[in-house]
Amino acid sequence: MLDDFMTRATLAGIGVAFAAAPLGCFVVWRRMAYFGDATAHAAILGVALSLTFQMSVFTGALAVALLMAMTVTLLSGRGYAMDTLLGVMAHSALAFGLVAVSLLSGIRIDLMAYLFGDILAVSRSDLLVIWGGAALVVALIIWRWSQLLTATLNEELAYASGYDPKREQLILTLSLAVTVAVAIKVVGVLLIAALLIIPAAAARSLARSPESMALIAAAIGAFSAVAGLRAAYVFDTPAGPSIVCVAAILFACFSLVGWQTKHKL
Amino acid sequence: MTLITVENLSVSYGANTVLRHVDMVIEAGEIVTIVGPNGSGKTSLLRAIIGATKPSAGQVTLKPGLKIGYVPQKLHIDPTLPISVERFMRLTNRVSRKNCVEALKTAGVPDLLTRQMSQLSGGQFQRVLLARALINRPDILLLDEATQGLDQPGSAAFYHQIEDVRRKTGCAILMISHELHVVMSASDRVICLNGHVCCEGSPAVVASAPEYRALFGTGTGGALALYRHEHDHEHDHSKDSREAAE
Repeated sequence: MLDDFMTRATLAGIGVAFAAAPLGCFVVWRRMAYFGDATAHAAILGVALSLTFQMSVFTGALAVALLMAMTVTLLSGRGYAMDTLLGVMAHSALAFGLVAVSLLSGIRIDLMAYLFGDILAVSRSDLLVIWGGAALVVALIIWRWSQLLTATLNEELAYASGYDPKREQLILTLSLAVTVAVAIKVVGVLLIAALLIIPAAAARSLARSPESMALIAAAIGAFSAVAGLRAAYVFDTPAGPSIVCVAAILFACFSLVGWQTKHKL
Repeated sequence: MTLITVENLSVSYGANTVLRHVDMVIEAGEIVTIVGPNGSGKTSLLRAIIGATKPSAGQVTLKPGLKIGYVPQKLHIDPTLPISVERFMRLTNRVSRKNCVEALKTAGVPDLLTRQMSQLSGGQFQRVLLARALINRPDILLLDEATQGLDQPGSAAFYHQIEDVRRKTGCAILMISHELHVVMSASDRVICLNGHVCCEGSPAVVASAPEYRALFGTGTGGALALYRHEHDHEHDHSKDSREAAE
């Protein structure tokens, strides 16, 4: 069954969608949409480094994404606003990454594959990494769900309930880095943030509780992966962007429906 | 019985010392209010008590097993986060639905259980926060300017609710307020803070203390007069505030 590249691609897309959905909800709730972008852009630098030192792309991307996430967490609240910091770090990391890639002598790499993903080239071992990473992220989030939710609502409330909101923030940040690292192959650096945010945002108008929003987001993400790949096959369009397009169309539809029911009441 | 003991507490953020040598004791069942101008360290003191801020010197001792109910200053729930009142109340507490309903009743909003948090008015929202803090039957309630964003009748009603809660549950209450007029009537004890404890005592004593007058000056007299005026219309237990104003 895994011999078919379309099957592998579909499974990879669904795996990433499952990890991205609950994480994306937190990204939306905490207004850290830029955070996903920044971590993803930094990952290009990781790709360059991993090619230089002949590590797996996943390891390099994960290392740089983690480093980026920790740096931003450390620097936030010290002089610059979060979005400024993220803007500086995201785009400079991307620039340094692109320059580093050009300096690599003797290695021809297909940069487009990392910027836009190459889901159709997903191998069995990639699939293992993606599902392993996704399982880790989902398990982490389920385990810390109440704490994460409380820390998202209010920092003092978390302290008063005996949780450390800084630790919860760190858990989110780490999960984000893992998700970005496993998702690079599927949708690419430029569209990872889309896969995080769009399904979660689309789920909002249908959800009545935080849990249902995460589940609906997972369903929307998985459907986008399946339908996007199918569309890419039929219309001969790039796979990663097609997945994001399906998600965006679903977002528009659900928002319209939500807006309409709100105004009928 | 002593619930909270604060000894020689100092809190600094970098080179900036916001609290120095603060001593304070909270006994069971009393209502204590901390007043002070902006930047006087009121919130830092509360944060030190709940463990959100590490003291740079001194210490905070809680009675072993002390149950704290915390009502935050301002809680912004992003409109993208769908959460019902019930889910919100049970988030950090393993309690039954019945307990939720009871707590909501004590806080004066019995019918909100199934509503979405994003649909509540300011006053309803603060009462849900109060109910959430009450749900574990705390020994003490901590309120950090819990009436921010409410209009004057709204916050007066909220503080009446607090007095009512104390009467029903007997829990101690430590609150921060900048609304001196309301505070004066409801508190057993007032602590006037400005980086250190300027003065403390019964509302009447504090209001006549020179340190307090130096901090709040004539503006306070105006606020108290306003309050007295209001209460002559609405309530019959404004004696405390009248004493305080005089």
